[in-house]
Amino acid sequence: MQTQENIDWHQDIFDVLECQGIDLIAHVPDAAHAPLIRKCDARNDMDVVTLTTEEEGVGLLCGAWAGGRKGVLLMQSSGVGNCINALALPVICRVPFLSIISMRGEWGEFIPWQVPMGRGTPKVLEAMEVSVFRADVKEKVGETVNAAGQFAFNTRRSAAVLLSQEMLGAKQFKEG
Amino acid sequence: MLQRRALVASLLEHRPANMVVVSSLGNPTWDVASVGDHELNFNFIGAMGQAGPFALGLAMAKPDKRIVLFAGDGELLMSLGVLATIANQAPANLAVVALDNESYVETGNQPTATAGPTDLEAVARACGFVQTRSVVEEVPLDDIRDMVWGGEGPLFVNIKIVAETLPLVFPYSFDGATAMNRFRGAVNDSKMG
Repeated sequence: MQTQENIDWHQDIFDVLECQGIDLIAHVPDAAHAPLIRKCDARNDMDVVTLTTEEEGVGLLCGAWAGGRKGVLLMQSSGVGNCINALALPVICRVPFLSIISMRGEWGEFIPWQVPMGRGTPKVLEAMEVSVFRADVKEKVGETVNAAGQFAFNTRRSAAVLLSQEMLGAKQFKEG
Repeated sequence: MLQRRALVASLLEHRPANMVVVSSLGNPTWDVASVGDHELNFNFIGAMGQAGPFALGLAMAKPDKRIVLFAGDGELLMSLGVLATIANQAPANLAVVALDNESYVETGNQPTATAGPTDLEAVARACGFVQTRSVVEEVPLDDIRDMVWGGEGPLFVNIKIVAETLPLVFPYSFDGATAMNRFRGAVNDSKMG
């Protein structure tokens, strides 16, 4: 029996990506995504694209899908705000779009600057017709990403998985 | 300064069979449409700043196709960072043609940054594009055409064009899904999946 502590939820996400044929990983890095990015980087049959800003990932994945590939955008909640107008592209073109978002500003947050966009993240996504799926515990991460990916690619709509800060653990900062 | 419609026509007429064209919103899309409809064209009519990332994703998915992006200076200035992203991915099959009229013509000819000190070719070169070129006056277009059609990418050609208001020519469909379905079918030479 797995306990909460020894669940490798990054591996669970990786397995879902592989199973669903998702081989293009676009990201603006976040510490919460780092183990998954490393796993994907280690694979010759996956492309990992580091973006300068999150909205590039929206167009990138839409272009890749037009060319027959499937991808995912990994970002922190602060990046969602950067994507707002770009999210019109998958909606109006009926292109499947999948994002996995690590949450900040909601559970034990240390940095006040993270709070506004953290609070706004689900509302902004829903406003741009992105269906929001949420994972609050480690054992549900894999199946939540699987469900969101199936929803996005089977129905040609936008979907996002929010990885809760309660599950990720709030980063604490100390001077010195 | 070149005439934009004649320039785009010279780059698209008798184009190679494997050439796929992406155009950014506004005038580049009307320019590409003015040359005639083509199944391997995808024309943005919105989502400003997204044509570059889209062209990169397409180039990565379709290494056997030649991807040519026509983008305005305003479009490129909105997402300059993507030039760094493109250069780092270094798709050999991607050519970016900047149609630089130094102004936002559709909204009343307000000057863009390229009317001032900003040089898009220099930006692309500094980002790491393997080939860049600026065209500022009438030149024989044969070598520009050769570069755009077959030069090693990622390459970037900045072409200074006259800021002029021309009759709009609409692309295949304003409905994104309709346009996307036909384009994706043609790019992948198969039925929609």
